[in-house]
Amino acid sequence: MNSTTARPSIEAIVIGASAGGVEALLSILEPLREGFVLPIIVVLHLPEERRSHLAEVFSRRVALPVLEAHDKTPIEPGTLYFAAPGYHLSVEHDRSFSLSLEPRVHFSRPAIDYLFESAADAYGSHLAAVLLTGANRDGAHGLVQVKRHGGLTVVQDPKDAQVATMPQAALDLHRPDHILTTSGIGRLLVDLERIAC
Amino acid sequence: MERNSEIELRLLIEAIYLKYSYDFRDYSGASIKRRVNHALVQFECNTISALQEKVLHDPTAFMQLLQLLTIPVSEMFRDPSHFLAIRKEVVPLLRTWPSIKIWIAGCSTGEEVYSMAILLREEGLLDRTIIYATDINPRSLDKAKQGIFSMENVRAYTANYQQAGGQRSFADYYTAAYGYAIFDKSLRENVTFADHSLATDSVFSETQLISCRNVLIYFNKKLQDRAFGLFHESLCHRGFLVLGSKETPDFSSFGNEFEALVRQERIYRKK
Repeated sequence: MNSTTARPSIEAIVIGASAGGVEALLSILEPLREGFVLPIIVVLHLPEERRSHLAEVFSRRVALPVLEAHDKTPIEPGTLYFAAPGYHLSVEHDRSFSLSLEPRVHFSRPAIDYLFESAADAYGSHLAAVLLTGANRDGAHGLVQVKRHGGLTVVQDPKDAQVATMPQAALDLHRPDHILTTSGIGRLLVDLERIAC
Repeated sequence: MERNSEIELRLLIEAIYLKYSYDFRDYSGASIKRRVNHALVQFECNTISALQEKVLHDPTAFMQLLQLLTIPVSEMFRDPSHFLAIRKEVVPLLRTWPSIKIWIAGCSTGEEVYSMAILLREEGLLDRTIIYATDINPRSLDKAKQGIFSMENVRAYTANYQQAGGQRSFADYYTAAYGYAIFDKSLRENVTFADHSLATDSVFSETQLISCRNVLIYFNKKLQDRAFGLFHESLCHRGFLVLGSKETPDFSSFGNEFEALVRQERIYRKK
């Protein structure tokens, strides 16, 4: 991982996923060991009516503490956060969460762009953003913003994705630092953590 | 370059406060920034400074900007289970007061107001209730006063109304015409619509119930505290505070002053 050693340390990881996202996320996050230090913040598109059981599902299978991101709560290290269904999630400059009911972006609320753009603002070059499988175009603009702020961008290889549309849309707009399979992304997160320590 | 836009954003917000007395200084930064960036496109301005110049010298332009800075996204009986819980858990207690005052803070275009009025009418309480419906956006208040909503939206509200324990046909409350639903004006006979800011104004009445839903999420902690302080001051002993599905007084300075009546539905009671 030569490209990651010379860059500023990573202080947070944001991940966006849509159709096929649960499986992709599990394959990335399940191998992470207990005590992983970086916060990981996830927007996963889900039907709004469904009350989210994501935190429950993931806490059974991931070693990190798993929480729904609550309004105005500080982002803690080593915690896996999920955006609440029906609300946009953003990161403030003081590195706490804010929720919002602004109109949907790419028919989605929460929208990946919304999280990525605000996190890019808050963390600047100390952010890694990962875009996974999905059937729409959310996240592509957000990745561009992350890059503009000097952050690290990662797109799941469309060939590895259950639905290639979303990663492909990002690749059409932007050349990321890494194009990887889910297992490659899992290994990259561990490398990023080493640099952070 | 990013630093510049941070400076410009602060200056814009300060200029708006100094010139028009609208105080966005303690709003959540990420959301306000996003909306200002959206406004740059609408106003065809290249920089926030250019937008500032425009709104500082042109009150009409400011009024347009205000529409973009406030978020008139609302629906009737949003989160039906919340209204069902009000009906089942709050109404029986509300009934014990001979006259009832309700404050709907941040009422936007009125969806929450009509939802509450319909619920109270069905429970036989509307005639002895005064509702204060307040917002900072005069255009939203005008729309709320008219009580006219697009039929397309009303179809979704109908499902919400039924799930919220509605006792009649939702169509009993409006007249449909030209794709719009004109709500029965008797619903707002006891409603006072007023300009009020949770950021700058003070308490104007004692109340038994305050509904402030999906407003506080746009405030930072300091401004949230101010709002909870106003609510605490306005509510009578054992009065009710009902919030949006992701809002709570628990982590504010007033966390110990309220207790949850139905936590899941964000229904709280002054201790």
